[in-house]
Amino acid sequence: MNSTVMIILGMMIVTYIPRILPFYMMTGKKLPQKIKIFLEFVPYTALGALIIPGALNAVPEAPFASVLALSFAGIYSYFKNNLIVAVVGSIFIVYLLFLI
Amino acid sequence: MTSPNRNTPKNGIKMGIPLFLSYFPVAIAFGILSKNTGLNIYETVGFSVIVFAGASQFMAVSMIASGSMGLEIIIATLFLNFRHFLMSSSISQRIDFENPIMKPIVGFFITDETFSVASFTRGEFTEKYMLAMEVTAYLGWVTGTGIGFILGSILPMLLQKSMAIGLYALFVALLIPEIKKTNKALVLALASGVTNTILVKFLDLQQGWSIVVSIVLISSLGVLIYEKEERFYE
Repeated sequence: MNSTVMIILGMMIVTYIPRILPFYMMTGKKLPQKIKIFLEFVPYTALGALIIPGALNAVPEAPFASVLALSFAGIYSYFKNNLIVAVVGSIFIVYLLFLI
Repeated sequence: MTSPNRNTPKNGIKMGIPLFLSYFPVAIAFGILSKNTGLNIYETVGFSVIVFAGASQFMAVSMIASGSMGLEIIIATLFLNFRHFLMSSSISQRIDFENPIMKPIVGFFITDETFSVASFTRGEFTEKYMLAMEVTAYLGWVTGTGIGFILGSILPMLLQKSMAIGLYALFVALLIPEIKKTNKALVLALASGVTNTILVKFLDLQQGWSIVVSIVLISSLGVLIYEKEERFYE
C-alpha cells in the first residue's frame, strides 16, 4: 500500500468514528432536557460558525462580489424556498462581476 | 407534527439535488487540485468515495503537496472533522429509525450540508428520507471529483473561482428561512459566527477547533438563556 492510500484510510477512520458514534450513544435514549435543548441549538450555531468568517474569504480576489452574492442568497431565501436558485444565482453573480 | 408521510425517499432526493449542485463544482476544484498535486485518478476519486469530507480533503492534498507526514495529516483531519460529532449527536435525535442497522450508513454521510438540510426538514422523517438525500449529495461530490480530474482544465479559471461561493450561499439559504420562524436562530448563529471570528482571527485557533468551540460555547449559553422559555413551550 502506498502512503497516499494509507492517508486516505486513516482519514476515513478518524472522520467516520465521530460521525457514527452519536447514533449509538444517543438515538432512542431519554436525554436530559438541557442536553436536548443544546442539541436543538447546534444547527444554528454550526451554520453561524460555518458562514462567519469563512464566507468573506470564499473568493479571496472578490470579497465585494462574495458579499453581494450572499446578500442575494439571503434575501432570495427569505421570500422563496428554492436552494438551487440561491446557489446557482450566487455563483452566477460572482462570475458576472469577475467578467465586468 | 405535520403529516407523517411527507418526508418520503422521493422528498429526500429532491432535497439532495441542491446539495448535489453545490458539491459538484467544489468537487471539480478538488479533482483539479488533486491531479495537479500528482495523485492518480484512483487516489483522487478514492478520497471522495471513502472520506467524503470536503474541507479535510483539500487540506490533505495541500499537505501532501507540501510534504507533510501521513500521521500529521490524519491528526489534522481528526481535529477538522470533529464537528461532525456534534452534528451527528444533534441529528440522531431527529431521525426516526425504522431499521437501526442503517445507523452506520446514515452516519457515514453526515456532512455540514447533509446535517443542515436534515436539521431544517420540517416534520418527522426516517432513515430512508435521510439516506436518499445523503446519497444524492454524495453522488455530486464523487462524480464532480472524477470529472474535475479528467476534464477540469476545460472550465474557465474565473468560473472555477466563482464556484467557491456556492457552499456558503447554500448555508445562508438554509439559515435565513429559520430566522423567520424564531429569532433564536439569528441570535445563536450570529453569536457563534462572532465567536468563531474571534477564535480564528485573534486567538489563532485552528479552523476545526474554532468551529467546535463556537458550537459548544454558544449552544451552552443558549441553554442557560433560553431554557426556561423552552420548558414553557413543552
